[in-house]
Amino acid sequence: MPIDAVALVLLTVIGSATPLLFAALGELVVEKSGVLNLGVEGMMILGAVAAFGVAVTTGSGTLGVLAGAAAGMAMAFIFGVLTLTLAANQVATGLALTIFGLGLSALLGVGFIGIPVEPLPKLMLPGVSDLPLIGPLLFGHDALIYLSIFAVAAVAWFLKKSRAGMILRAVGESDISAHSIGYDVIAVRYRAVLFGGAMAGLGGAFLSLVYTPLWNEGMTAGRGWIALALVVFASWRPWRLLAGAYLFGGVTILQLYMQGAGGFDIPAQVMSMLPYLATILVLTIIAAGPWKGRLDAPACLGKPFRPST
Amino acid sequence: MTAPGSDSSAARPVPRLEVKGVTKRFPGVLANDHVDFAVAPGEVHALLGENGAGKSTLVKMIYGVLHPDEGTLAWNGAVMQIADPHAARALGIGMVFQHFSLFEAMTVLENIALGMDKPGDMALLSERVRDVSEAYGLPLDPDRDVYTLSVGERQRIEIVRCLLQNPKLLIMDEPTSVLTPQEVERLFETLRKLAAEGVSILYISHKLEEIKQLCDRATILRGGRVVAECDPAQETAKSMAQMMIGTELKTVERRAEGVAGEARLVVEGLTLASEEIHGVDLKNVSFAVRAGEIFGIAGVAGNGQNELLLGLSGERLADHESVLRIDGAPAGRSNAGARRKLGLCAVPEERNGHGAVPGMTLVENAVLSGHHRMGLLSSLFIRAAAAARFAQQIVTAFDVRTPGVTASAGSLSGGNLQKFIVGREILQKPKVLVVSQPTWGVDAGAAAAIHQALADLAAEGVAVVVVSQDLDELLAITDRLAVINVGVLSSAMLTREASVEEIGLLMGGVHGVSTDAAVVHPEAAHVA
Repeated sequence: MPIDAVALVLLTVIGSATPLLFAALGELVVEKSGVLNLGVEGMMILGAVAAFGVAVTTGSGTLGVLAGAAAGMAMAFIFGVLTLTLAANQVATGLALTIFGLGLSALLGVGFIGIPVEPLPKLMLPGVSDLPLIGPLLFGHDALIYLSIFAVAAVAWFLKKSRAGMILRAVGESDISAHSIGYDVIAVRYRAVLFGGAMAGLGGAFLSLVYTPLWNEGMTAGRGWIALALVVFASWRPWRLLAGAYLFGGVTILQLYMQGAGGFDIPAQVMSMLPYLATILVLTIIAAGPWKGRLDAPACLGKPFRPST
Repeated sequence: MTAPGSDSSAARPVPRLEVKGVTKRFPGVLANDHVDFAVAPGEVHALLGENGAGKSTLVKMIYGVLHPDEGTLAWNGAVMQIADPHAARALGIGMVFQHFSLFEAMTVLENIALGMDKPGDMALLSERVRDVSEAYGLPLDPDRDVYTLSVGERQRIEIVRCLLQNPKLLIMDEPTSVLTPQEVERLFETLRKLAAEGVSILYISHKLEEIKQLCDRATILRGGRVVAECDPAQETAKSMAQMMIGTELKTVERRAEGVAGEARLVVEGLTLASEEIHGVDLKNVSFAVRAGEIFGIAGVAGNGQNELLLGLSGERLADHESVLRIDGAPAGRSNAGARRKLGLCAVPEERNGHGAVPGMTLVENAVLSGHHRMGLLSSLFIRAAAAARFAQQIVTAFDVRTPGVTASAGSLSGGNLQKFIVGREILQKPKVLVVSQPTWGVDAGAAAAIHQALADLAAEGVAVVVVSQDLDELLAITDRLAVINVGVLSSAMLTREASVEEIGLLMGGVHGVSTDAAVVHPEAAHVA
């Protein structure tokens, strides 16, 4: 395969992996704080429609991206009020959030179907960007792609090295202990949940502004669920999450190429299942393998916390 | 902040902490009722009382976790509002929790840093941890993950965390309930050293001998009220116990020695991998219990007791049928129901959720475990009248305080529910009874009743196995005992010939940390 073609394939892999990476990285932080938010899909798609709508209306991609993050955060705030302040069941609330997000985004997006949007500016360095393979691989991307990779590094550093990150892990590990030492468990979790919402919103914004770039009802197509699976796949470690997101991005692209190349006597629908089948397979292997118990799941994941006074 | 206690009568120094008229109410409970007491600088002060006497509530208010409804706390003579634990630590109050406030999946160093308000640079902190732990004979490796540590080592983390902040008052909530006798001795040395340096220590316990050894003064709480204040050295353990429970303490009556019945429960080579993430595997556990005998299993918490109970009750199956025999019948591969039919009944450690379903009535809970042996089922239906009679029988025979047998199990107090569960198993006339932590969190009166019931059961020829972390309990009621450590059961010994030192050595630590009583040993035990 010529070098340019390799670069092209890798580029599309990065493109399909980035929304997963954003959403999963946010959820990783949320889960590290001990909260399970199954509403990633809902936050993502609301981010997608908000980003697209604002970008089309104002003509500014940057404002669009910010709107996407804000919409994701708004959804996360609803989740926070229900599960953290009112201590509702996190699983049920998360599922409701997804259904709500899918419905609301369809409603808001009616007027935007089929409208084109100005793509986000790309990072170009004269000279370097023209190098074969390295040039197109390292440069010429949307700022969001760089942001996603920077975010992985930042989250990894935050969780491992910073005091705030240590407190966040402690809250997810034992909420009662953290409370008795004197940390505000609910406040820490609110921040984590809002961060998760913003990241899911960014993932959605990337989808509608960069990846397609179009608005379509239900366009997240289950990516929020894959992001959730990725967090488990990565055993709550940011750099593994990066690898996982690119692996799943690769599977998605692989099935597109196989469909496009023809010659495979497999129905297109079966091929489209590939990323989702891979998700189920990976989760099953992780859950059943000899390394179970070494998953490093936060001990308080999904448990509501009610402080005594 | 003026100090009202600055009158010139210098005879008594200003107390480090003075609690005046503190009252705390919870829905339906008056946890603390106008409590008064004071701790002087350098004094080791005991807070003594039964479970539910209000000790923990009181110290949580001193540490700022809870806030008093009435009354005041004075620190060095100045009345203070302690808003939260951060404020308490800023004053110089440190606390070692009964149920440790530790984070399993994090390192010792991270755990220490989390409990400090200004931990500073982590590398520097690591140095300080090593320094302090050496100075006070509390060996600790800052880089170890907490889940790999024994309970004694975990407690050291909490103590070192407090010491790093130069506390003026150190609160210890039931610190010795999880330690071996040797670890207790070492802890006392550390505490005495701190007191000599002028640190006040508030020591919460219900272990009277320890308080006599360690404490300068004792405040005794009962039902949320201060009922007495005394000098423990001038009192006997018995006199303090009577102040604590308010009545005469009964001792268990056992008929004379000389059990030589047949072996009713034989366990040979029980090996079980734990299903818990940080659980302990059972390794080749063997013992036999004869008719009429009470057999004790001692050990520090988390050394395989849970796994052993599951393996005996039949919730986990052995590899071979012959590993466990009940009255000669092989039952290693039989489940809990089948073992009950053979005559083995079990009382697990956890009352709510394991021993009983909290949301179900006492009648329903009686049916759940007693349906076969008491014939409470017809082919398809529950024999409601018979079930109610059985539940009523338990309530009457074991003096369970409840509004009625249709009350939910969860509405009973810990001691009453425990009496109900133990009674439910005993009235099924088992051949073998396995009981875990029979008196955990149970008040002294109920504990005495349960002990007496177990003794009576043995007198009828039943083989009784008691798994307990309370060594005093085992020494009081068992005929023979063995010690479980890291999933390995020691050989059995006659209780009346066993010495506390010997048992303490067998109890060891989870990681085989040598517990030589005399040596405050250097950091050499972690090579393994």
